[in-house]
Amino acid sequence: MSISAILFWVLSVAALFSALMVVTSRNPIHSVIWLIVTFFAISGHYILLNAQFLAVVNIIVYAGAIMVLFLFVIMLMNLNKESEPARHRWLQLAGGVSGGALLLVLVAALKDTELKSQQSLLLEGHTGLIKTLGQELFSTYVIPFELSSILFLSAMVGAVLIGKKD
Amino acid sequence: MVIAAVTLWFILEKVFLIASIIGLSFFIAMYTTLAERKIAGWMQDRHGPNRAGPFGILQPLADGGKLFFKEEITPVSSNRFLFLLGPALAMIVALVTSTVIPWGAPVLTAAGSISLQVADVDMGILIVFSVVSVGVYGIMIGGWASNNKFSLLAAIRGASQMVSYELPMSLALIAVLFMTGSLKMSEIVSYQMANGWNIVYQPLGFLIFFICALAECNRTPFDLPEAENELNFGYHQEYSSMKLGFYLFAEYINMFVSSAVMATLFLGGYDIPFVNEANWGLEPWLYSLISFSVMMAKVSFLLFVFIWIRWTIPRFRYDQLMNLGWRKLIPLALFNMVLSAAILLWLKS
Repeated sequence: MSISAILFWVLSVAALFSALMVVTSRNPIHSVIWLIVTFFAISGHYILLNAQFLAVVNIIVYAGAIMVLFLFVIMLMNLNKESEPARHRWLQLAGGVSGGALLLVLVAALKDTELKSQQSLLLEGHTGLIKTLGQELFSTYVIPFELSSILFLSAMVGAVLIGKKD
Repeated sequence: MVIAAVTLWFILEKVFLIASIIGLSFFIAMYTTLAERKIAGWMQDRHGPNRAGPFGILQPLADGGKLFFKEEITPVSSNRFLFLLGPALAMIVALVTSTVIPWGAPVLTAAGSISLQVADVDMGILIVFSVVSVGVYGIMIGGWASNNKFSLLAAIRGASQMVSYELPMSLALIAVLFMTGSLKMSEIVSYQMANGWNIVYQPLGFLIFFICALAECNRTPFDLPEAENELNFGYHQEYSSMKLGFYLFAEYINMFVSSAVMATLFLGGYDIPFVNEANWGLEPWLYSLISFSVMMAKVSFLLFVFIWIRWTIPRFRYDQLMNLGWRKLIPLALFNMVLSAAILLWLKS
């Protein structure tokens, strides 16, 4: 096995295991910490796919910012297994069905992509570096990029408006 | 397969480099604690520690030994694993940040050049920021796992401070990146060698970055996470022995690494000022040694400023801290960013 194949399997096992622990942990804090581990494993996968920028930004934004907010909420509300309301059996069933349906859609969407042949073009792929990414974002995909930035801006304004006291 | 082509020599070189950088971080952090107490003594017109060894030079060893021999207390109601994970994370994060910093000019040998940098990756400075953003967890997990409401409040206070000051810090960084045009640390340094230090062109950016670095390292005037006299100490209230030592020591390593980052970004890294050292025709290893010493001199100066500020300025109140971060530094950093972008565009056209 080559090194990147070994890395792939180690990262995949880590990602799947930690993702399972997110769902099965009884303590919400443990779930959050396992989710952070999952994000790190996924960032490792991004690096294997030559997407360095995506890997770093995934850590900064998801592992570093969004999960901190999750931890804030859970710590301040002091959620733990005693105070967690018991869920109905049919709610769990509905969750399982909708999750399975999402998995099906994802697999169907990704089945025909040529990921396998694209993987690990080491020292060759410049696709994931910021230079190429920036040029693509500001030429080919400039309209979706600007639209999503307006979306973010409106979300920020909305959050400030909600957070205002009076 | 290119990854597999790494030779044993390459691995040995990197292992040696990593070990020496970790050793260096510990050494500098140890002696920063002594320097802090000595400078405090000097500023307050007293001697400072002078019992252990000549001029108190063995004081950090005595402090470390004391911490090791203290009783280790784990609160009964705490979460054992997370209680241990908190200080471990703080220390790991503090040490990992130094991987992308170029410590000196590469040594050119017959076998090729040996870089004095563990990893010169394209993402360079962003790696530092990603590690810093993960650094919050050491505080939060430690504070929560102690199962003490004061620790928890202090942890949340500290985490929100760090998250808030990351924003103006990255905005100040963007203005620097506009000029250098690269995230690679080695290219940022070589840009400054060719065009002059970034602090000359970005004085406001440096000021913002420095203030944010103070806040990120939990240093005075922003050391609210450990306000021992008015806020009942911080997130490490329940910690004792070397676990507490890890938290306190990680702070000094953070100071060292953030000084190194600031020296690289704004003070020209290992560049020797006012001279063109490439013309000297020195032996490569001698040149590398000199450039490394110049880098260390810049880092020591910044560390001195950190300590100087601590013994000069009183602590901020929490609302003042948030006010400064969100209402003053972020607009100022945005203004700096837009101004530098406009000037750069004007110069290019």
